[in-house]
Amino acid sequence: MRSGAEAIAAKGWLVAHKWLLLRRSSQIGILLLFLVGPWFGLWIVKGNLNFSYTLSFLPLTDPYVILQSLVAGHVPEKLALTGALIVTLFYLLVGGRSYCSWVCPVNLLTDAAYWLRVRLGIKGSAHISRPTRYWVLGMTLVVAATTGSIAWEMVNPVSMTHRGLIFGFGLAWAVLLGVFLFDLFVMRHGWCGHLCPVGAFYSLIGKLALTRVLLPARAACNDCMDCFAVCPEPQVIRPALKAIRGTPPLILESNCTNCGRCIDVCSKDVFAFGTRFNTTVAGAAGIPQAALK
Amino acid sequence: MDNDNKPSVAARRQFFADTARMACGVGLLGLGVGLYARHARALPPAALRPPGALPEADFSAACIRCGMCVRDCPYNILHLAKPEEPMSTGTPCFVARQLPCEMCEDIPCVKACPTGALDPRLTDINKAKMGLAVLVDHETCLNFLGLRCDICYRVCPVIDKAITLDPQNNARTGKHTLFIPVVHSDHCTGCGKCEKACPTEVASIKVLPLTMAKGALSAHYRLGWVEKEKAGGSLVAPEVEHQYSMPEGMKYEHGKGLSATPPGAVLPEPTLPRALQGNKL
Repeated sequence: MRSGAEAIAAKGWLVAHKWLLLRRSSQIGILLLFLVGPWFGLWIVKGNLNFSYTLSFLPLTDPYVILQSLVAGHVPEKLALTGALIVTLFYLLVGGRSYCSWVCPVNLLTDAAYWLRVRLGIKGSAHISRPTRYWVLGMTLVVAATTGSIAWEMVNPVSMTHRGLIFGFGLAWAVLLGVFLFDLFVMRHGWCGHLCPVGAFYSLIGKLALTRVLLPARAACNDCMDCFAVCPEPQVIRPALKAIRGTPPLILESNCTNCGRCIDVCSKDVFAFGTRFNTTVAGAAGIPQAALK
Repeated sequence: MDNDNKPSVAARRQFFADTARMACGVGLLGLGVGLYARHARALPPAALRPPGALPEADFSAACIRCGMCVRDCPYNILHLAKPEEPMSTGTPCFVARQLPCEMCEDIPCVKACPTGALDPRLTDINKAKMGLAVLVDHETCLNFLGLRCDICYRVCPVIDKAITLDPQNNARTGKHTLFIPVVHSDHCTGCGKCEKACPTEVASIKVLPLTMAKGALSAHYRLGWVEKEKAGGSLVAPEVEHQYSMPEGMKYEHGKGLSATPPGAVLPEPTLPRALQGNKL
């Protein structure tokens, strides 16, 4: 049985796809906001995900690219710094890697690769450990410092995709095809789940972020494993679901992308969105102080 | 004791092995990225940065490839470099031969830059230094060939300052004047209008990056005439008047030319060589 079938039977298709549909709307909607400018001359948002200016009022800057710029030896002007501050605060609120699942255009591509991987029944996957992304993140900063340039931006598939869509691709499509084929044939959740330093950076913001996936009804879990099957970072679920070493029913692991697919596919409604301070969940007694700070 | 230590030794070995594997693998990737970035720092000569762009080494640390300058350029002259172009991917540039900079007075591209990669201290577009026009080919320049093309001089937005026409004797015909376009680096903004307008099949005048176009005198060089003016008189005392070796009764002065002395003296009639006398030919 396909994962999620039980949830569809129990809740109906629409409810069982609620967060997925909202997420796709967000990803495509944000992309469209950027595209109606160059396509129809309707300039609501200018720029791209590295820096954008909405209605000549709201500056938004990718804090990761600003960090690289600082490490490379340039102190940006106030506008870019303000934008980086706003974005950082925003993701502290909604969850660091919400960027990955709700905004980043590469997620559409890698989700498609994963979908196709499952449909084609491709088994087996190269092994690279998940923390590799932090090494890649560190490497991009070291390279920025040693070359004195934002070197990673020359190869970064994330900004290349977004820039390509808005300003013209050139050969950038080859890089995207590479990421797609890598995820499809070489490694399950390869790019977003193991290698991407942008995701790694946002997961660091996510360590302190407010919005979390809670498990208010974890006692109701019937071990159908559907949440593990759909989760792009399944390792984050187990401790909270199985109360391993007294873990509260709250996913504090920063690599959770807040995509909400687990909420969708669970027929028992184990999962829900909430905040890290939400202690009113059933069976939440005895949350260690460390988890609440 | 030994039994207690065994798991931790194995774990430590594993830790070091994993760390080494990760450091080497990611390090190799980093080496590739780093080398690629170093190569990309050498801009191709045809690609010019927008006005106010920091020197290339600083620019590559400051430009976050957002494309705001591209968007706010009212003439759509700028574009972001594609991955296949031999320069830093996603950074803004223009190619003068295709579309030169229109030198907007309010410099919207600089105003749009959020990071200062385009220096906000540039407020007068005439002070921009996007590059320097160089009359690269004297063999194909129409003015060098003796024609009055003058197009580069006419289209220059800083006419008579950035490009002047320097009259010189046309030695080929002996009776015409060459009007040689001369670029003055203190006024040329590198907008590229001259390169765009040059009518030869391949432009004879090209805007090159300053680093490529500009020479530099050694630091110890002094220009005698400048020093003389600064000092208000000759620094070599006494100033010796130059002596020209002239035929008797002739005088030459710089700026005045040849004259006979005394003023009333009659110059001898020029005579034909003996071989040509008496219609012997």
